[in-house]
Amino acid sequence: MAPPPPLSPPALRRLLILALTLLVTPVATAAAAEEEFTEELLLRPLPDRTALAHFHFSSSAPPSAAAGRHHHLFPKVIAQLVQQFHIRELELSFTQGRWNYEQWGGYDPMSTNYAKPPGVELWASFDLSLGEIDATWKNLTHTLSGLFCASINFLESSTAFSSPHWGFKLNKGNLRYGALPREAVCTENLTPWLKLLPCRDKAGIASLLYRPSIYKGYYHSQKLKLTSSQSFGIVLDQTLTVVLQPDSVMGKQLHSADGQLQPSWSMKDLFNRNLLGKCFVSKSSRVFFEIEKDIFDKVDKSGTEASWTNELFVLSPAPDRVLKEINNMNGQSSSLYEYDVSNYEDAHLDVGVTWKLPLIWSCTPAPYHANRFLMGSGNERGSISLSFISTNMHKQLFDSSNDCSIKAVVFQVVPWYVKVYYHTLEIFIDGNSKAISEVVDKINVTPSEDKLLPGTLEMLLRFPCSMQSATLSLDFDKGFLHIDEYPPDANQGFDIPSALVTFPEFNSSRNYLETDSLFVSPLLQTFKEDGAVKSYTEVLLVPLTTPDFSMPYNVITFTCTVLALYFGSLLNALRRRTGEEERELKKAAAKRRLIPLLISKIRGKAEPPPPGSSPASVLPSKLLLKVVFVAVVAVVFHYLSNS
Amino acid sequence: MAIRHYRSMAAAAVGFRLVLVLFGGDLHLASRPEVSTPLTSIRRLAEGYWLKQASMSPYSGSMYHGSPLVLSVLGSLTNQRSIGHRAHIYCSLIFVAVDFIAALFIRATGNRLQMARNRNLQSLELTESVSNSVNVSAGDIVSLIYLWNPWAIVTCVGSCTSPIENLMVVMMIYGACSRLAPLAAFGYVMATHLSLYPAILIVPIILLLGFGPDTPPTKVFRIKFSSASKSDISDNDKSINLRDVQQFSWKPVFYFILWLLFWSCYVLLSSSIILNKVGSLQEMTYGFILTVKDLSPNIGVLWYFFAEVFDFFRSFFLIVFNMNIIFMVLPLAIRLKHRPCFLAFVYTAIAAMLKSYPSVGDSALYLGLLGLFANELAEMKFTFLLFFGYIGVSLLSPVMHNLWIWRGSGNANFYFATGLAYTCLQTVLVVEC
Repeated sequence: MAPPPPLSPPALRRLLILALTLLVTPVATAAAAEEEFTEELLLRPLPDRTALAHFHFSSSAPPSAAAGRHHHLFPKVIAQLVQQFHIRELELSFTQGRWNYEQWGGYDPMSTNYAKPPGVELWASFDLSLGEIDATWKNLTHTLSGLFCASINFLESSTAFSSPHWGFKLNKGNLRYGALPREAVCTENLTPWLKLLPCRDKAGIASLLYRPSIYKGYYHSQKLKLTSSQSFGIVLDQTLTVVLQPDSVMGKQLHSADGQLQPSWSMKDLFNRNLLGKCFVSKSSRVFFEIEKDIFDKVDKSGTEASWTNELFVLSPAPDRVLKEINNMNGQSSSLYEYDVSNYEDAHLDVGVTWKLPLIWSCTPAPYHANRFLMGSGNERGSISLSFISTNMHKQLFDSSNDCSIKAVVFQVVPWYVKVYYHTLEIFIDGNSKAISEVVDKINVTPSEDKLLPGTLEMLLRFPCSMQSATLSLDFDKGFLHIDEYPPDANQGFDIPSALVTFPEFNSSRNYLETDSLFVSPLLQTFKEDGAVKSYTEVLLVPLTTPDFSMPYNVITFTCTVLALYFGSLLNALRRRTGEEERELKKAAAKRRLIPLLISKIRGKAEPPPPGSSPASVLPSKLLLKVVFVAVVAVVFHYLSNS
Repeated sequence: MAIRHYRSMAAAAVGFRLVLVLFGGDLHLASRPEVSTPLTSIRRLAEGYWLKQASMSPYSGSMYHGSPLVLSVLGSLTNQRSIGHRAHIYCSLIFVAVDFIAALFIRATGNRLQMARNRNLQSLELTESVSNSVNVSAGDIVSLIYLWNPWAIVTCVGSCTSPIENLMVVMMIYGACSRLAPLAAFGYVMATHLSLYPAILIVPIILLLGFGPDTPPTKVFRIKFSSASKSDISDNDKSINLRDVQQFSWKPVFYFILWLLFWSCYVLLSSSIILNKVGSLQEMTYGFILTVKDLSPNIGVLWYFFAEVFDFFRSFFLIVFNMNIIFMVLPLAIRLKHRPCFLAFVYTAIAAMLKSYPSVGDSALYLGLLGLFANELAEMKFTFLLFFGYIGVSLLSPVMHNLWIWRGSGNANFYFATGLAYTCLQTVLVVEC
């Protein structure tokens, strides 16, 4: 018997779509109350021969009252999480590698929003009264830990998280921030993250996520951002930012002037996978190719018009649309070339760039490069130093008048075993020591409590525009821990999480001239959001002194022996001398002995019976008394125990 | 013999300190574990002052654990950075002065003890031993011992607050010796307030106030008089004489208790005013002392013990070690009640040995006081061992610390071993005394 002919895939798809539309139509009458899913991918060549790929998956659910507890596209886990813990905002990032602010830029939405410190960073703000937040945070960390197969539950202890007031994000005390710099990030964290997508990595843009190729990159940051409000419902943005080395054939590379190779690449080179259509439940599925402003400046100089094909480079399928950045600065602006994946149902979409000429360009840097390092040697003390080096970027923005200044906010969390002396804060500007009050506008310190609270430092600095470099230094003492508090590999050292430097006067948002007014892309929406330029500093590794881990029994016995020696010998000395002196006294004054005196006192000063009289008459009466006393006690005890 | 040069020697000691403070460069003594403990470190004091200036509790941040009074007095001096000199130079100058005052008090105490001793010997009709005793000016020698003690110098130059604690203890003993109840009470309250352990000194202080300075045991008088009574003195006369010798006068004790209440009210009030309801004083200072929260190395043994001990035994051993000091109070008081000054010395030594954050400053105090009893302790055994033991430990301990912390080639156990040796030495000293 032949089995029934299987439905061909396109037929199946059509059926599915039909079913979906049937399902959705009754709901769709209430226009906004619909769950949406969009998938987007942004590609950008980077100056150091690498390429940036940024996956952006956005799901949204209407306010829970409208949809009840049912979800079509939105992951139910996340909805429950938001409901359970009353989360207003949450951001969780898993990062491996460090964003290279010098090469990859520090002044665009990408570096501001998606450059994250190594390891895990989690912050959340809650819609709860202040007293409940800490307990909720602890539960949240455990839940997330289970959801993402990571040790986020280490953030549960009060030594691991802090509540910044304004240094990280302005809040009313309902924000908690925690970071685990040493957390290793790998595919076991990616799989649960992909499970939240409606098509997982089986279809759509997520199918490009071929593990070996994305994990061999220079930078890998997977982020989950939740925003929940009564009016809009829950919005879940899942992003994955990777910086990859294009896996290109040597023949396609062009030699630039200084011997550097600028590789031509396409999506196939980056991911080793082809893009096979969109995820069917997604509302839109698009690929963007971003060309930096600096490249267009170079194109301008070469005299041709800035479009997707010019003298310097060519994008391989012709883009469907071009989005120009709106900026009020003169000169060129960056552009996004848009490809709609749904137009490439049958053919593979393989977006790529081919360089015609060797090209050197640079990304716009942040006004200052912030670096952090440790000073000092030995395991007793040291100092943390934060240095700012001007990139002279702001000189173009501000006229270099003398009284202008640039604000920078420093936010730094220090674990309690690094005991920072905040009074030792020193600031050097261009090598000259400056008074604290000249530079620090506002400072908020939450000093660390031993085994209880990490230290938090929030500082608002104001640098003169003409400044070339600034250094801040803080001395610290290294703490000594109990042997149980050391991690398994204690001699490796302890990590101080990255500090965050924000330049509130510099806005990294980018507006694009959108032609499609019906649909707003979530990716471009985040680019449009008002975001101050941020950069994270390095994680510091502090080696701490270790005790001998094999010694507890020895130490206990040695110490107790010494103390027993002290106690015993002192008592012995006291007793021995008393004995000696009493012996001497006995010799000298034998009549006045202590014990006979005491005995006579106990006997109630009764005259000792004359030796002649019989003691028998006294003894029986005493014996009788004792017997009666014992009997009474026994009776009373018996009575009490029975009643 | 030493009287003639006393002034010049004392001036030389003070001058030596000043030279070290002003021109010694940065010796990093303030961060030596032997010199400064979490309780007495001047850097922590500066941090506490900074926190207080930033309108936070000086105790937030587990940095400062000392007294709010010291904070208010010294705090403002710590943040004055003078160019060309190392930090905290003004505090060091104050500590030089404090050390000098302490030496003067010790000298006065020594002279009083000497006088009392001579009087007693005379009343025992041992005049030849009075004239025979070489050490006529015990006070001078004692204060010179204190001034020239290298550990006292190091503590003073390293500018940690233990000279102040020492001064308070010395002031208390002097006040009690000369029956100045207000001074004794002030010293007692301040010393207890600063480092808690001098609290056990209330026993010798009351004895001192009641009985006066050290006397030979009453038994000796008894023997004396019993031998005399064989001839002509009647029983009634004898008891009167005995009472003359050992009468316990309640009046100074009563005054002392009144002053004690007054000073403690004063200290508590002023510290609560200084703290302005921002910190819980008792928990952050006394709690910190008693629970050994800071495990940074010092010359004692408890830091390593509590760093290694299993957590579930921790409270048990905390009780045991703290009780160890109190256990000895009563037996020693019974045994040495005729010599309250010596009792005070033994208590100081025991506290310096068993306290949770010991430093060489505490040792400097009891070694200084040891000189007061030079006459009585002339026939002490093991002096050679003790002398070279102290020298050896004070040389080896920095070496071991350097090997462990800075070079990384040593191990915590070596440093701990010097701590053990040091505790043993102190044990031998106390026992032999």
